[in-house]
Amino acid sequence: MTSRSKRRNPFLAVLTTPSGMVASMLLGLVLLTAVIAPMAFTDLANERNVSSILQGPSAEHWAGTDALGRDILLRVAAATGFSVGLALLATLIVVVGGVILGTLPLLVNRRVGRMVTSLINMAVAFPGLLLALFFAVIFGVGTHGAVLAIGIAGIPAFARLTQNLSASIAGRDFVSAARLAGVGRIRLIVRHVLPNIGEPLMVNTAIGAGSSLLAFSGLSFLGIGVQQPDYDWGRLLNEGLEGIYVNPMSAIVPGIAIVIAGLAFNLFGEAAARALGVTVPSRWHGKTVRASEAEDESEANESALLSVRELRVIFPAEKEPVEAVRGVSFDIKHGEAVGIVGESGAGKSLTALAIAQLVERPGVVSAARLQFEGKPLRSRKDARWRRWLGTQLAVIFQDPMASFTPTMRIGRQLAEIGEEHLGLRRRAALKRAVDRLRDVRLRDPERSAHQFPHELSGGMRQRAMIGMGLMGSPSLIVADEPTTALDATVQKQVLELLASIREADGVAMLLISHDITVIRNVCDRVLVMYGGVIVEDLPASELLTSARHPYTRALVEVVPDMETDRERPLPVIDGQAASASEVGVGCVFAARCPLADDHCRQSAPPLLDDQQGRRVACWKVDTPVTTAGAAP
Amino acid sequence: MAQLVDNSWVAFGLRRTGRFLASIVVLITAAFLLIHLVPGDPVRAALGPSAPLDLVEARREALGLNNPLHIQFFEYVTGLFRGDLGTSITSGLPVADVIAERLSATAVIAGLAFVVAILIAAPVGLGIAILTRGQRRGSLDAGFTWMSVLVGAIPEFLVGIGLVAVFAVTLGWFPVAGRSGPESYILPVIALAIGPAAIIARILRVEALAVMNADFVRTTRAKRLRPRLIHLRHVLPNTLTATLTVAGLLLGGMAVGTVLVESIFAWPGLGSRLVQSIISMDYPVVQALVLVYGAGILLINLVVDVLLAWMDPRSTMKEV
Repeated sequence: MTSRSKRRNPFLAVLTTPSGMVASMLLGLVLLTAVIAPMAFTDLANERNVSSILQGPSAEHWAGTDALGRDILLRVAAATGFSVGLALLATLIVVVGGVILGTLPLLVNRRVGRMVTSLINMAVAFPGLLLALFFAVIFGVGTHGAVLAIGIAGIPAFARLTQNLSASIAGRDFVSAARLAGVGRIRLIVRHVLPNIGEPLMVNTAIGAGSSLLAFSGLSFLGIGVQQPDYDWGRLLNEGLEGIYVNPMSAIVPGIAIVIAGLAFNLFGEAAARALGVTVPSRWHGKTVRASEAEDESEANESALLSVRELRVIFPAEKEPVEAVRGVSFDIKHGEAVGIVGESGAGKSLTALAIAQLVERPGVVSAARLQFEGKPLRSRKDARWRRWLGTQLAVIFQDPMASFTPTMRIGRQLAEIGEEHLGLRRRAALKRAVDRLRDVRLRDPERSAHQFPHELSGGMRQRAMIGMGLMGSPSLIVADEPTTALDATVQKQVLELLASIREADGVAMLLISHDITVIRNVCDRVLVMYGGVIVEDLPASELLTSARHPYTRALVEVVPDMETDRERPLPVIDGQAASASEVGVGCVFAARCPLADDHCRQSAPPLLDDQQGRRVACWKVDTPVTTAGAAP
Repeated sequence: MAQLVDNSWVAFGLRRTGRFLASIVVLITAAFLLIHLVPGDPVRAALGPSAPLDLVEARREALGLNNPLHIQFFEYVTGLFRGDLGTSITSGLPVADVIAERLSATAVIAGLAFVVAILIAAPVGLGIAILTRGQRRGSLDAGFTWMSVLVGAIPEFLVGIGLVAVFAVTLGWFPVAGRSGPESYILPVIALAIGPAAIIARILRVEALAVMNADFVRTTRAKRLRPRLIHLRHVLPNTLTATLTVAGLLLGGMAVGTVLVESIFAWPGLGSRLVQSIISMDYPVVQALVLVYGAGILLINLVVDVLLAWMDPRSTMKEV
């Protein structure tokens, strides 16, 4: 059993965290008081003094005295032992009963097991206090009855926990193996199941002890638990409430004792749970990411609809910020369709999101220029800015199911753009929404408008999403993998729809896809991205014939076409796609490039313009590639 | 498609009603058995050792305790259908009258406390989520988490006593106890509401942060809606499922919490009467009150599940 000895002791692990330290010290203090205070103070606490009954706080009696002149603070201290002890006793019943009842379904046959489970589920539906009161009636008013009542009332919840935990263990391989080896059921539970759920059970026992303590105080407070002349905190609270007019401290001091002890158990349990590997979200402790924001006015291209220069997207990380998009520059003309292609992680989606101004904290976007319709995209996000982008720039996302608000009808989701940006009334906005749904060729648009997103098929949802983009009069549609989540036939229809919208309205388009075929069919121009930079920019018509960057050529070669032998596995590009965090000084593609030499690895090639609309970043341009990837 | 939706609703309705009825049967049986599980003679215990033997015998006869168990159970159940909840041993009055007289006092503070808890939790939870989004304002985040854990962990009876000590005794702003004008409702309702409010606010914040990262919220930002619309129309409704689930669980606890709070404020409701009856061993009253509280909680759970199904139609298709 080396695996068990190796495991950290959960209660030692607690001590290593600051909050765990505090909780442990608090709990230690409570337990120490519970042991020492009854021995030290019981006699003093029971000392009656008729000359000083029902006094308020004074130097002699810090919390005042009760109806028999006894010191309240001393009585609260002396009651620690009884209060904590009874709570622990009740917790023992909870844990033993809960573990037995919770593992019972594993021991007995299936039908009885199912009955036990449904009884547990029914009992759990009732609050613990109601169960405790029920059993307090049966076991009678008094200390014994209350211990049994709280113990038994806690069993269903603990049994359910045990059952859920052990059910997950019982399905594991080593348990099946032990079962096949003929290990008896009881032995199976004691030797194999319980040790593996021990940690969460212990954590919940600590929390359960806190709940028992609070519940016990509640019962004693109601007069159903500890009876005179015995006293615990709840009993003192009860007596204190009677004297609250004269001396509020007589109720507050036992109350505070209950809160402290209850919290000590609870916090300790929570800290243990955290120490046991529930990961606490680590906060990024890096410097604030700042990038130069000087607007570059030098080469403003007036004819461009969208103009992007040196676009960067930076995300904070543990060590140093990761630059996911590293200086991307391009223009889109009015009515032009530009595609960005690349493997996942190339930064293409982030480029699209950054242009659409949808990158959120902690991500940081910077650019030397980011202009749309001749105006800076990044300006004060006021109503005018929202109206401008809300009507002129449409965004279509990859997953149409996740991209609609599930709780709202489709028509309303389209219509709210009309209300927000076009000043339409509710009815007129809805009419426009139905018109747009008709434009994107939804069958029965009136009906669809009244449906919820989950009631539409994937293709219909994506059409509705495109229709939503058309609620304004966009001059640019940014579509991020719009067909990836759809099957092939629907994919084709959606692409045709996008193409027809382009033709009819002269809308420009930025289409992101990992699918080179999609890009080639829809776009005029293709940007190939790798490792956060553009490696090649060329007309879509030349993609298959005149690509010059080794990466582009590799991408083209791995695309299956009609001649591809279906019996053979699909070819892939050798090596792993570079992730943004590990990009070095040289060419981003150097590690996977069959042509790379030392020069490529040490210095990054610039993206050079051939003045005919083509750009490429490679030192080895036009060197023939003989061994690109796995040739089909 | 409509057919499918309708079918899933029918299946859900049948399944959920079946579970409700099964729980009610178990509850009635448990309440019935209560008086029989008490060791010794419950009538003797209630009337005290000095009560004359023929009085005890007469009460036993009147309560039907001398009949065979199955006949008693049959009469108990048929009595319930007639609205007969038994007779108090100590006062000899019908328990149904006691409940009719006191039910509203309890239902009102439990209901008000639920509404107040939601009204506090919704803006606080959503507001903190908006403010701490994207790892901002770390100290506010930590402070809120600590406060909500602390407040959520203090039981309602201690909150109640603290409120009495400060606002009734020391400051004298509110009456210490009893049910009188509207001001007498404030302390009991706050005592019941504040813990659940802290818990709901914490859950709502976590849920809202998760929803804010959902794709559909990104869509609303792409639509350039006002932040207020995004949060209230798109984020908040989608946190309701989780919030209502938790709140529904807490509502049951709040209903039972009235037992403690009513004892503090001498509130003339079912809870304070339940405690008195337990101490005076007036078992028929205890039986009936356990039944009322239990049925109330089962009903709350049923309503919550139906509401959840209505708000999130997909959940009806899930196997419970």
